[in-house]
Amino acid sequence: MIKLKNIEKVYRTSTIETLALNEINLEVGKGEFLSIMGPSGCGKSTLLNIMGLLDEPSKGEITVDNETIRDFSDKKLAHFRNQKLGFIFQSYHLINDLPVLDNVELPLLYRSASANERTQLATEALQKVGLSNRVKHYPTQLSGGQKQRVAIARAIVGRPEIILADEPTGNLDSAMGNEIMDILINLNKNDGTTIVMVTHDENMAKKTNRLVRLFDGTQVM
Amino acid sequence: MLKNYLKITFAVLKRRKFFTFISLFGISFTLLVLVVITSFIDHLVSAGYPEWNRDKSLYIERMVQRDTAQNGQTNGPVSMYFIENFVLKMTTPQMIGFASYPNTVNAYANQNKIKLMFKYTDANFWNITSFDFLEGKPFNKQNIDNNDFVMVINDDTRDKYFGKGVSAVGKTMELDNITYRIIGVIRGCPVTRIYVASDVYLPYNTSKRDHTKKGLNGNYMAFLLANGPEDFPKIKAEYASIMRKVPITSDDKWFKPNKVESTADTYVGSFMSQFTDSDGDTKKAYLYMVLVGFALLFMSLPAINLVNVNISRIMERASEIGIRKAFGASSKVLTYQFITENIILTLIGGIIALILSVGVIYFINTSGMINYADLTINWKVFVVAILVSLVFGLLSGVYPAWRMSRLQVVNALKGGE
Repeated sequence: MIKLKNIEKVYRTSTIETLALNEINLEVGKGEFLSIMGPSGCGKSTLLNIMGLLDEPSKGEITVDNETIRDFSDKKLAHFRNQKLGFIFQSYHLINDLPVLDNVELPLLYRSASANERTQLATEALQKVGLSNRVKHYPTQLSGGQKQRVAIARAIVGRPEIILADEPTGNLDSAMGNEIMDILINLNKNDGTTIVMVTHDENMAKKTNRLVRLFDGTQVM
Repeated sequence: MLKNYLKITFAVLKRRKFFTFISLFGISFTLLVLVVITSFIDHLVSAGYPEWNRDKSLYIERMVQRDTAQNGQTNGPVSMYFIENFVLKMTTPQMIGFASYPNTVNAYANQNKIKLMFKYTDANFWNITSFDFLEGKPFNKQNIDNNDFVMVINDDTRDKYFGKGVSAVGKTMELDNITYRIIGVIRGCPVTRIYVASDVYLPYNTSKRDHTKKGLNGNYMAFLLANGPEDFPKIKAEYASIMRKVPITSDDKWFKPNKVESTADTYVGSFMSQFTDSDGDTKKAYLYMVLVGFALLFMSLPAINLVNVNISRIMERASEIGIRKAFGASSKVLTYQFITENIILTLIGGIIALILSVGVIYFINTSGMINYADLTINWKVFVVAILVSLVFGLLSGVYPAWRMSRLQVVNALKGGE
């Protein structure tokens, strides 16, 4: 499903060069639930962002769903992300100016879906995460757990094959974290969605199919 | 999609009240000033009551006599002598009329002093202009030939002198120790129609001034009515040939002019003759160029302000743009979103400006600042101003969106670092 070959990421400033990822070779199979762990600053999020085409590697090759991402135009890249990928972020990244339903509809907005279709799919996604009674609320009126559920609903509304989650339980207490984790496990098991999750939490990582550990930008396990 | 754009636009406008206020204030205030100024200019230069013939009239209102040896010059209106002996001899105009520049005189009604503007005119003046006669009629050639001491007054003067709405025709009025009989009352016109506005109009031959004086400069202007603007070159050419033959004389010991200049100009051209020596058409083009230049310069203020406000909004909205990009928005789609937001902002500014302009123009017309003011909104200018603002709105949306589109999604999500 996702294939990373010799991925390297270097951050350069005028005075310093930092190697964030070094020679990463990784393959994520279809329907797999993979977690990535490692200490802070080891490059976990950078790796996830590169997998999600949110960032470009300095070197190496990415293949997603048998398509090698190389010299994609802005439009093609946007289309690819829209069709294949869903994202969940630690800090939710909801648009505070829009109500819950509109936030969830966001990926559908960039597809040729009618307004009715969008509302229906978004309502279904919200039902799936148990938030159908909050459609008209604004993100600022929700708790952290509720916000993350909205973010999950937004990630799954377009039925992407891959979900990339960057510490989805990082800002939540353990009970809420477990609930979110259950939703993700269900998505993986019932819908066959491929999930790659970055986490600090060993207990959460244990619930996934496979664990990859990074240290100083290098894959150690 | 558009509905979503609108939703986010109004949400952003509502959330950033101060930015919204600054942007809207910039747009609407500029448009307001532009619309009011242009409607005033339009009021000044366009044909309007009672000068509906302005577009097919040429004006002779200035004569420059130069003494090139001593580097001296006299510049002013033409004399009665010049009009009678040279201008009235012209054959190309359909009609020739003349009038003096207005002077002021005091009249007394029931011990109350009334300051009045008065003007001497010939009979043709009333045919070239289109004054509405509320009662009576204008003086004609017969009155002038008979040396009748008759006058036409405007309704404002009638109301002040005789009382509001009281009939004045047949009554007399004393001006400068001369008693005139009122034969007509006109609906007054704003003082901004400077060539024809007055409170009182008198036959030119009732003036105490000695019209036999042979000087070229005096206190008069001539109106040359053409069949249409297509006759202007012919009339101008005839006048130019007359000017070449005008004998230059002077009784002055010190000032010995050897060159005289005067042109028959369009209204705008004659108006602009104060600023430039070129002929009327060039002056007109020059005037328009200056006005358009000013307007564009003026319009660039809210545009720069909008660009500035939008750029400062970038960082704040970087995360939103990052989110949208992550979920499939291309740079083009985001550019459209920004542009839509700016267009909506500009249109709201335009609507506010329109409402304010109507209010300000109504205030100017009714406040009495300009008597008989009849300013109207120049829709052409308003539409052009809105279009130009929209273009600026577009530009101010494209640039920030372009900057944003260059950001990596991951950087945008972090707040545009």
